[in-house]
Amino acid sequence: MARHVIAPVADLPVGARKRVILEGRPVLVLNIKGELFALSDTCPHRGASLAEGILTGHVVATEPGTYVYSREGEILRCPWHAWEFDVRTGRSWCDPKHMRLMQHAVSVASGVSLLESGCVSASEAPIKERGCVSASEAPLQQEGPYQATTFPVRVENAYVVVDTPD
Amino acid sequence: MTLDAPTRDTDAHSDENAAVVKPNRLAIIDGDVHTAPSSLSELAPFLERRWLQHMQTYGSRKRHGSNYEPYPKAAPRAMRRDAWPDDGGLPGSSLELLRTQHLDHYGVEVGIMGPLGLSGQGEINLDLSAALATAINEWQRDVMATPEPRLKASIVVPFEDAAASVREIERLGADRRFAQVFMLTRSMDPLGARRYWPIYEAAQAYDLPVGFHVFGAGGHPYTGTGWPSYYIEEGAGHSTSCQTVVTSLVMEGVFERFPKLRTVMIEGGFGWLPALTWRLDKLFERMRDEVPHLQRRPSEMIREHIWLTTQPMEEPVARAHLNETMEWIGWDKLLFASDYPHWDFDDPFRAFPANVGDSRKRQILTTNGKAVYRLG
Repeated sequence: MARHVIAPVADLPVGARKRVILEGRPVLVLNIKGELFALSDTCPHRGASLAEGILTGHVVATEPGTYVYSREGEILRCPWHAWEFDVRTGRSWCDPKHMRLMQHAVSVASGVSLLESGCVSASEAPIKERGCVSASEAPLQQEGPYQATTFPVRVENAYVVVDTPD
Repeated sequence: MTLDAPTRDTDAHSDENAAVVKPNRLAIIDGDVHTAPSSLSELAPFLERRWLQHMQTYGSRKRHGSNYEPYPKAAPRAMRRDAWPDDGGLPGSSLELLRTQHLDHYGVEVGIMGPLGLSGQGEINLDLSAALATAINEWQRDVMATPEPRLKASIVVPFEDAAASVREIERLGADRRFAQVFMLTRSMDPLGARRYWPIYEAAQAYDLPVGFHVFGAGGHPYTGTGWPSYYIEEGAGHSTSCQTVVTSLVMEGVFERFPKLRTVMIEGGFGWLPALTWRLDKLFERMRDEVPHLQRRPSEMIREHIWLTTQPMEEPVARAHLNETMEWIGWDKLLFASDYPHWDFDDPFRAFPANVGDSRKRQILTTNGKAVYRLG
């Protein structure tokens, strides 16, 4: 594992973003509401940089006419084709059946994120917790097959450090 | 805006997607680049004072309202969020950014401009329509195509007024900085109708292809049965608007009357063409006496006269299905288009299914465009 010092913490205040090249690959580091995230900055769909994508929320319907809005500010939306990525996991969230109807490839995921301690990994974030479905129902949204490389991020001696795997 | 000589210095992008993009490895012909003046004031030098004052006082009034687009977009002004110039202008207004972010970055040899905003098409006031079309044509020529020869202009025509359209084609048609006649798929009448024929006649006379770009303000809802609720439905509806154009051009006998006419369907995708063609052939075989002016099967006319740009390319889960569709349409009939700087942009190196193969990709990216557009 290689460790890369990104910036002094003060240079990444809440809301700030920094795009860096780590071992030849672009990585986007974000401070979202005080939490630091690092994501691979190449959208797995068509390769756009995500750096200028907006941070939005997650909208799902448990049934027609009922909507759940959650994760405000934690979904990074690609500035090109609007694929959505969970900054905590790097996974895209989309319904495979729906996407097939729309003739879009389902499987997109990018980037990674993790924070200092106790950051819940993507697969451990139950859909139910986000209010999307009841336990007895099939998941309304499913994780796609791709998993982008994740980089743990932590603050160490007041510097932002991103680790890359061996 | 700076109008410096083309720069090959792509430092701003050299580390971005470095493993993917190898600039200039193919001389790409891009059939759909949306340049645009940022505001009416940028267009003012090319607009008659009378019409500038009209725009400042009364503004635009199209057949579906005063707003250019009836549906809100997935991104502001339907633009890639990374394509807004630092000078605060509209994406597609900065020649400098267009060079570094697109022409240089991908190795685009020729980009065919397709102006959409402030272009006059769809204005109810036909004299305003013609004046704006003339202005946007001169803006393309003087602000974009002259300082940057990689950009070719389109002759935007106020197509609901065929006589004015012909005048515009005759005024600019000999200028090699213009590569096609530019129309929109959503017109007042299906575009094979007789009142549009003079436009096709003039285009053929100047050896200019006619490009039919999706969108337009013909005054009709975006589906055959009304206005749908969602932007997604507008996106899906572009393919049906293209089908109306193709069907009308064929059945009205446009290709019988103008046998050298080349037409390009722009930004409607292409996956719908085989099914439409099969249906037209079947109907034609049963009822050819209704259209005795047609000497050939619809499929033959479509194969000879119609090209399609690839964007926004369909993305079936099994990519082989896309390959089969392209095979059916013909590898010589598909033209790459990026739609830069719009949000549904296609990247020339990533948009194609993997199994297309290099020689066919070269056809679509380069060879076909050189055959269709009046270049050089």
